Amino acid sequence: MSLTPSQRRNAELGLGILAVVITVGGYILVTLSKGPSLPSNIWFFLAVLIGLYVAAHLAVRRLAPRADGTLLPLAALLNGFGFVIITRIDRDVNNQLAPSQAVWTMVGVAAFVGTLLVVRRVHVLERYRYTFLFLGLFALLLPLAPGIGREINGGRLWVHLGPINFQPGELAKVFLVIFLAGYLVDKREVLAAGGRRIAGLRVPAARHLGPLLLAWGFSLIVMIREKDLGSSLLFFAVFAVMLYIATERTAFLLAGAGLFVTGAAIGYAIFGHVQERVSVWANPWPVAAGNGYQIVQSLFSFGSGGFAGTGLGLGSPDKIPNASTDFIFSAIGEELGLLGTVAIVIAFLLFVGAGFRIAVQAQRPFPKLFAAGLTSIIGIQAFVILGGVTRLIPLTGVTLPFISYGGSSLIANFVILALLLRISDESAERASRPEARADALARR
Amino acid sequence: MNRAIRRVGIGVTVLILLLVGQLTYLQVYDADHLAHDPRNIRFQLRDFSKPRGKIQTSDGQVLARSVETKDELKFQRLYPQGALFSQIVGYQSFVFGNTGVEQTYNNELAGRDPLLQIRNVGDLLAGKEPVGNVVLSTSAPLQAAARDALGAQHGSVVVMNPKTGAILAMYSNPSYDPQPFASHNSAAVQDYNKLLLASPDKPALARAYRERFPPGSTFKVVTSSVALGTGRFTPQSMFPVLTELNLPQTSNTLKNFGGEACGGTLALSFQQSCNTTFGQIGLDLANEFVPGMEKFGIGSAPPLDVAPGAATSVGPAPGSFQQNQPLFAFAGIGQGDVAVTPLEMALSASAVANNGQIMQPHVADRITDSDDNTVKTIDPKPWRTAMTPQVASTVTTMMQSVVEGGTGTAARIPGVSVAGKTGTAQNQQGAPHAWFVGFAPAEDPQVVVAVMVEHGGSVGSEATGGRVAAPIAAQMIRMVLGR
Repeated sequence: MSLTPSQRRNAELGLGILAVVITVGGYILVTLSKGPSLPSNIWFFLAVLIGLYVAAHLAVRRLAPRADGTLLPLAALLNGFGFVIITRIDRDVNNQLAPSQAVWTMVGVAAFVGTLLVVRRVHVLERYRYTFLFLGLFALLLPLAPGIGREINGGRLWVHLGPINFQPGELAKVFLVIFLAGYLVDKREVLAAGGRRIAGLRVPAARHLGPLLLAWGFSLIVMIREKDLGSSLLFFAVFAVMLYIATERTAFLLAGAGLFVTGAAIGYAIFGHVQERVSVWANPWPVAAGNGYQIVQSLFSFGSGGFAGTGLGLGSPDKIPNASTDFIFSAIGEELGLLGTVAIVIAFLLFVGAGFRIAVQAQRPFPKLFAAGLTSIIGIQAFVILGGVTRLIPLTGVTLPFISYGGSSLIANFVILALLLRISDESAERASRPEARADALARR
Repeated sequence: MNRAIRRVGIGVTVLILLLVGQLTYLQVYDADHLAHDPRNIRFQLRDFSKPRGKIQTSDGQVLARSVETKDELKFQRLYPQGALFSQIVGYQSFVFGNTGVEQTYNNELAGRDPLLQIRNVGDLLAGKEPVGNVVLSTSAPLQAAARDALGAQHGSVVVMNPKTGAILAMYSNPSYDPQPFASHNSAAVQDYNKLLLASPDKPALARAYRERFPPGSTFKVVTSSVALGTGRFTPQSMFPVLTELNLPQTSNTLKNFGGEACGGTLALSFQQSCNTTFGQIGLDLANEFVPGMEKFGIGSAPPLDVAPGAATSVGPAPGSFQQNQPLFAFAGIGQGDVAVTPLEMALSASAVANNGQIMQPHVADRITDSDDNTVKTIDPKPWRTAMTPQVASTVTTMMQSVVEGGTGTAARIPGVSVAGKTGTAQNQQGAPHAWFVGFAPAEDPQVVVAVMVEHGGSVGSEATGGRVAAPIAAQMIRMVLGR
């Protein structure tokens, strides 16, 4: 697999054209379902869409020419698909989310280019890991601050500054993964070697484990305070996965699972909203008109869509609460059927596969762990919400990466994308250096 | 770390596969169940939010059409003919779903039938919603005549074409107005339904195809056909002249109507509707009797295209002759365990009229597009073969003699040879039911009729099939044949 940089970029361009074609086709279908004529602004929309993709592509050509060529087209596909569905839902619900999502996509692409511009070397981030820990915790705490914090839909996740509402928690995830990757790479040997034995398990010394548990516990408590179970679950899982990858000790994974079960049991005992979520998940049908309304409507959507779906514009996404954010996948399930939902799931699988490949190909520990952590955010977040709306696991509200409506989430996802491409580019560059080749030869 | 990353990758893949599995469960395996859950209003919303085709009679009367409303459900059904056609047309209700033709041909009316979609591509481009109209084989004047003939009497009239199975009229009294069911006011619909259910007259029950009654002597058409089909009986087979038939396994006897003495040949017994003869035939047929009835459709529901479909008519349990022989004697005269719908009796008579072949009964004749071009025709399809053409011809002759000089002379029409059979069916609820089944012209049958007047109607206990039901049947036949 030694593609030249220009081959990679050309593949990226070709795949990207496919993603754009699918998006444009879907958009035209959605507008046609409104009436027989195409809206006059369609050419403007097409120009913006193509322009955004070309801008992102050119930025990669210039700033990360050796980077993986599949991630950007996959992100474009998911993002374009999401935009089509949001446009569709707008037609019935009419709260004008699509124009706002278009603006956020532009901001997201700008953040993508900006990240590639600013982060020229990954190890710079490693150096500032404690700064990022502080930033991450600060971002998590921000919504609790009086005056600027806002509670929307039962969760206190929002910060309100002037005309802009945003969820700092979305970016906090990225900051905390930077810290975790840096910290774990630094301490992984002492953590893996362990100190005393407790109950047959070698437990690392408290001074090594302490900061980790503290950071983790603090984030969890904050998120539970904000009633953001989805983010708690996501963060916990990412934490456990990164700890496991850093130490390669299965015991940590098991201990993580144990901690999760304990945490979940405590949460269940203490918080009414946790109990409610679990009982609704176990059997939503008796409360189909009450607490189970969301999930039951979601299941009805999937069932009504069936194998091939009702077709774009022909379903009833207005019957699903939060169809443009947490439940966007249910709307896709109704109108595009199993064909559409499996396509989305496969796209996520490809994205996660490409992300982990970048992690495997990275030569140095920090970028390796960092790439694995970033990929885990996307993969686990997608699973938490996809599993939630399909009743595979209890429902906890998080956005579906790249697809759901929402500025903060979109920006965070584009930053993750840019960081993964940066790591990929750096690894490819290292591998192509003469001294690296000599190193590799010498090690044989 | 690479090994751990690969393992995590495998773990993520497993989770994704679980998701695909769950999606397949929801969208394929459990999809129908979820889609049609009564709490899932998506399908109904889809049907209510767009115009819907018309339902029309064969003579062009509109039975159901859509009008726009100002509420969330954008369209509402209007039923201009009210109670006259409710048992066929049914209704489209936001609360109770659809019944009748509204349900059976829902996809066609909503324009979802693939044939309509192709036809209406032009409409689609012009921004019109594709809809389909259902044109019935039922005629509005004939249906109204059936209603008027029954008047205040409870009863059913079924008029069919024996060669195609097309239903020309099917009405039972009392009936109900379907319009309140189409209301978008859920509470009002519920109240109306409660009102209908509370009425002892059961107006919501389509007696013509949803209720079973003892057919009495009209069933002798079936008994004779089965007997002649065995080859052991002919119209000249002799039976003793009796006033009552002694029954095996019991001290009860089977008596003739009015305690009269009758008997002689099978043909004469048929003309005079002699119970002792047909009771004896029931005993002689023994375990051959039930399989013979099943060829007429007893024991299975006729495939009527009016949701929720026709009720199943029943007879004695197959192979039960040894356990209960008297029941077979009573079955021979259409009493005891025999209970049939008026539709089933019309189908039985249609077997005789159509060389032994029963056609599938249907109320819809064709589907048309919004420009009234036919896109689909409901083709005649055979349902059961009840007897050979030879037996059918013999039974036709016997049925003609009933109208010419037997119990059914009230069904005579000058210049038309009418074949028929009367029945006066004992029942535990009150006075006997008056029945008549028949068809005409006997040499080339165009119309078959079954009339049933519950508990003798206005005549009460004095009623016979010949006196109460035969004149109504004659009126129906005259209208269809234009005499």
